[in-house]
Amino acid sequence: MTDRTTVRFVLDGEIVEIRDVDPTRTVLQYLREDLGRKGSKEGCAEGDCGACTVVIAELVDGDRVGVRAINSCIQFLPTLDGKELITVESLSPEDELHPAQDAMIQNHGSQCGFCTPGFVMSMYALYETNGNPGRREIDDALAGNLCRCTGYRPIIAAVTRMYAAARPASPERAQLLSKLKNEASLRIEHKGRQFFAPQDVDELASLVKRYPDATILAGGTDIGLWVTKQHRELDTVIYTGRVAKLQTVAVTESHIDIGAAAILSDAVPTLVQHYPGLDEMFRRFASPPIRNAGTLGGNIANGSPIGDSMAALMVLDTSLVLRRGDVEREILLQDFYHDYMVNDLQTGEFLLRIKVPLPTGDAIVRSHKWSKRFDQDISAVCTAYRLQLDDNVVVSFRMACGGLAATVRSAANTEAAVNGKQWNEATINSACQALAMDFSPITDMRASADIRLRATQNLLRRFYAETLDDRLETVYTYGR
Amino acid sequence: MIAWKRCTRMAASTKSPAHRDAAVGAPLPHDSAHLHVTGRASYTDDLPEPRRLLHLAVGMSTVPHARLAAIDLSEVRSSPGVVDVCLADDITGENNCGPIVADDPIFAVDEVMYAGQSIFAVAALTVDAARKAARRAKIEYDELDAILDPLTAVDRKSFVLPSETMVRGDPKAALAAAPHRVSRRIYVGGQDQFYLEGHVAMAIPQDDNCLLIYSSTQHPDEVQALVAHATNRRASDVTVICRRMGGAFGGKESQAALIACVAAVASDKTRRPCKLRLDRDDDMIMTGKRHDFVIDYDVGFDDTGRILGIDFEMASRCGMSADLSGPVNDRAMFSCDNAYFLENVRILSHRCKTNTVSNTAFRGFGGPQGMFGIEYAIEDIARQLGKDPLDVRRRNFYGKTDRNVTHYQQTVEDNIIDEIFDQLLASSDYESRRAEISAFNKNSAILKRGIAITPVKFGISFTNTLLNQAGALVHVYKDGTVQLNHGGTEMGQGLYIKVAQVVADEFQIDLERIRIMATDTCKVPNASATAASSGADMNGMAAKKAAGKIRRRMTEFAARHFSVPEADIEWKNNGVRAGDTELSFTEFVQLAWANRVPLSATGFYKTPKINYDRSTFSGRPFFYFAYGAAVTEVVVDTLTGENRTLRVDILHDCGRSLNPAVDLGQIEGGYVQGLGWLTTEELVWNDRGQLATHAPSTYKIPTCSDLAPDFRVEIMQSVANTEDTIYRSKAVGEPPLMLALSAFHAIRDAIASDTNPMPDLRAPATPESILNALGTDAA
Repeated sequence: MTDRTTVRFVLDGEIVEIRDVDPTRTVLQYLREDLGRKGSKEGCAEGDCGACTVVIAELVDGDRVGVRAINSCIQFLPTLDGKELITVESLSPEDELHPAQDAMIQNHGSQCGFCTPGFVMSMYALYETNGNPGRREIDDALAGNLCRCTGYRPIIAAVTRMYAAARPASPERAQLLSKLKNEASLRIEHKGRQFFAPQDVDELASLVKRYPDATILAGGTDIGLWVTKQHRELDTVIYTGRVAKLQTVAVTESHIDIGAAAILSDAVPTLVQHYPGLDEMFRRFASPPIRNAGTLGGNIANGSPIGDSMAALMVLDTSLVLRRGDVEREILLQDFYHDYMVNDLQTGEFLLRIKVPLPTGDAIVRSHKWSKRFDQDISAVCTAYRLQLDDNVVVSFRMACGGLAATVRSAANTEAAVNGKQWNEATINSACQALAMDFSPITDMRASADIRLRATQNLLRRFYAETLDDRLETVYTYGR
Repeated sequence: MIAWKRCTRMAASTKSPAHRDAAVGAPLPHDSAHLHVTGRASYTDDLPEPRRLLHLAVGMSTVPHARLAAIDLSEVRSSPGVVDVCLADDITGENNCGPIVADDPIFAVDEVMYAGQSIFAVAALTVDAARKAARRAKIEYDELDAILDPLTAVDRKSFVLPSETMVRGDPKAALAAAPHRVSRRIYVGGQDQFYLEGHVAMAIPQDDNCLLIYSSTQHPDEVQALVAHATNRRASDVTVICRRMGGAFGGKESQAALIACVAAVASDKTRRPCKLRLDRDDDMIMTGKRHDFVIDYDVGFDDTGRILGIDFEMASRCGMSADLSGPVNDRAMFSCDNAYFLENVRILSHRCKTNTVSNTAFRGFGGPQGMFGIEYAIEDIARQLGKDPLDVRRRNFYGKTDRNVTHYQQTVEDNIIDEIFDQLLASSDYESRRAEISAFNKNSAILKRGIAITPVKFGISFTNTLLNQAGALVHVYKDGTVQLNHGGTEMGQGLYIKVAQVVADEFQIDLERIRIMATDTCKVPNASATAASSGADMNGMAAKKAAGKIRRRMTEFAARHFSVPEADIEWKNNGVRAGDTELSFTEFVQLAWANRVPLSATGFYKTPKINYDRSTFSGRPFFYFAYGAAVTEVVVDTLTGENRTLRVDILHDCGRSLNPAVDLGQIEGGYVQGLGWLTTEELVWNDRGQLATHAPSTYKIPTCSDLAPDFRVEIMQSVANTEDTIYRSKAVGEPPLMLALSAFHAIRDAIASDTNPMPDLRAPATPESILNALGTDAA
């Protein structure tokens, strides 16, 4: 089959075809500069403020249409291929308003109005996916949208009340989307730069081997910033988002099997279902528009020392399946990171799947995130623990931490100080001493070195307290 | 298609024409709400772009203090898409964008004074091309010694303006004689405005060397003046227009001038339209913020907690130039009484010159920092005496007939703080909650709760008396529609709708007839900044006068025309009755036009009564005061320092509100913005003098989940302003921000313990700050 060179997506009921597209042009640049659709705003160009929020519709499981909000400021245009783009202008082509828009007016949800189109789009996505959200769900749904004027009370009121209006007829999306189904791979060349969007794993493997210096793009929630902030020019980009087999989340008899290109929004519910102790950490992991684009595989492969998922996955003895050409190999996540942003991937090799063992016995698994703000913040420290007790004696204790070293890694001395001991305060005190041998954190804008260590010790103490009282609340659950 | 409900543009539009409700006092939506929600509201960067437009990017210093040894822009010039570059030499007029003191170069010459200072601009065909090119500059610095914090500046006597002192009574003697005394050093951080729309300006050459500037600015008049100076033009040759800003909060008061001046200089050099829109990071690095303060206080008090004498020494980070630091620090001095009578007081204020970005206006304008000092002292007094801070607050409130003169000799004539406290204490159930919280804390080892009530008394007027003037221009057209112009700018605060409501009532017409125009220096000259919370007070009054002039002329005309006494002419319900004759507004306008009645008028307002002598720091700087109070309850994790507001009760005074929906929005939004200032928003400079928190990834303003689950805000009912303001309303822009001091003190309340009753908590109360205050033994 010959490759396609045209990006095709749906916008306002029409199929749009674009040739000769700059592969790292963002969706927001395309909307504002090429189409003159100025409703979507640029507030930060890094996916943190939500003023650029748009909604993506696509076919999932065959013919069902799924919608999700994303940040258009860091999404590259060719990644829209095969999808529908819905912007604030799409909601009210005439002088009539979507209930989300009307509720924002009636509840005084806009002041300066600059963040409003983004809020409206996050509200629209919520409207389409949740018929009766409570305050927690509203907070979660809007976590990626910043408003500096209102203090959010009227916006929350608008979300609550948008359901009171008559439900507008849903537009027919599936038919047009199904017309975009195409088995051919996408290959774009533009001024000497290339963008590949292969359809299957074998093709992906051969592309990665052929172009070992290529940038492998999944959700683009980090790589987007290379372009918008660092102004890097990416010569060759290989996009994994069209490889269906990399996007599956399956549960086998022994493990949760997550494709490297599965978005966080798809992977997290299964992880949390099996490990409820990870709920708060994943709730605080970025924001919905980021989790709707970003992938668990990207978080791991990128390997930032402040990545939030890896500490938890490490203590669960997660392993990674890597592939180079036709050869697959498996490595423990624990052994994957060598140094700051250096990992075990060989030239031409890529991350294929993530294997998270299923819970065994009655081990307690938790993860703590410590940051200045609850939502959409980068961890100053992220910790995870897996504890197996037998009659209050520690059979096995695992602890891993992010934000304390050049990579996320295990706390070997701390684990040793706990394993085989009575699970009591004395053990925790010696474990806290050991933490200081495990890590020598640095000072940066998120926290100073000594407080980072002290916070980590206190988080471990908190974990201990939580094992004694599983109803122990956090400031985030208290009073709710 | 997705569908669809008829747009109800404004609540008022559904009213039948036979009966017209008053617009003033109605909770009407923002005039642009229907545009905001549909994405059709045009901000400066959304305006149609002229042909041949060039996009600009600024090259900034990466070091805090250095001689510029060499600037090599050859790679910038050769970068794809680049058309030209501009340096200081390309400025034909004055190389300055400082609003008061001429110490703010547009482009650095010879020396850079902060990391982020503009050195050059590059003009290119696209935004991307300009930004990429700007990074290719090769600049050699001979680094000089840099002062990076206010305390070092005090040590080295490095100031942007002379230190100032205010004294009332004999604080030294009062302190010496006081039975109790507390002194300490406290820290309160700065704050980035974080308007969602970053700075942007577009300059478009006009006929005969005139220049049109679209600018996201709170102060079009100042942009006009500074662009004129920089480009060697007369003010009359420069027009500045701003329809709306995507937030400003003080950050676009003086700071917009730099962006507009760069665009103007580049436009002159290239003879093409030029637009500069700052990237978020550049915006945060390059432009000023709220001043962080270090305050030393020494307070003496009696057994009841009454303050006998107090001494404040304040040092604020002004950055590398004066900007608005003079009036900001003056207001900190004025506000250090908050709602309390300070009989014997000295305030020494240092305006520190540091090699950091020049700090500027931010909602509250020094008031929040001044109040931070006195509220901390009040809390310490209570904690030292083992009293509820509430009692100490009440003990020190201004009186109504005595103890009612401020330290700057203004008599407080409108004091309602006791009434507000009474009402709020009852509605918030403060006493029983405090008892319940104490009981909870005894049984909870890790989570601790705290509660605090704090007052706000905020002086309304520019402290520089001459700025308290405003103008408006109203046109009535033959079809019975009205154009409304005034010098105030719309940044989301609802100024435009409030003033339109005033004009609608003046003519007794529906709001739909009024077209609110962009703020434009062509329409109203010499306008003050929309700042100091004074926008509605001043522009509302000016517009009322303009509309009133036209109404007066039409009334006089009708009396003559219909031969009825003026008293028998009634304006109501979109029309006029003159004796037995009834006319619609449109018919009446047409009749007046046909009889050659002028249907356009200007209005001018100057705030009365105020009179203030800065040389003695005494007089009446403020027309009146706005009041409010808040009770905040928090929960704090004493292991992690994480915290959260649980319940907030606010009662705030807006006089007779012009628009309760808009005012409620200001109160709620102000509180949450203040909460951010005092909890999550931390500005961090690294040891190289570079701002490390320059994007929302690292600088954390509140999100939705930071709003207390129980959030109760009320506007104080039926309290007319004692002064003759527009419909007896009160200004509301800034005062509510300081209500958030209750959250800070609730956190301090939560972490105070028998062993550590007066924790040394610095603002912002981040988890790190709280862990530090708890001390190591808490763990």
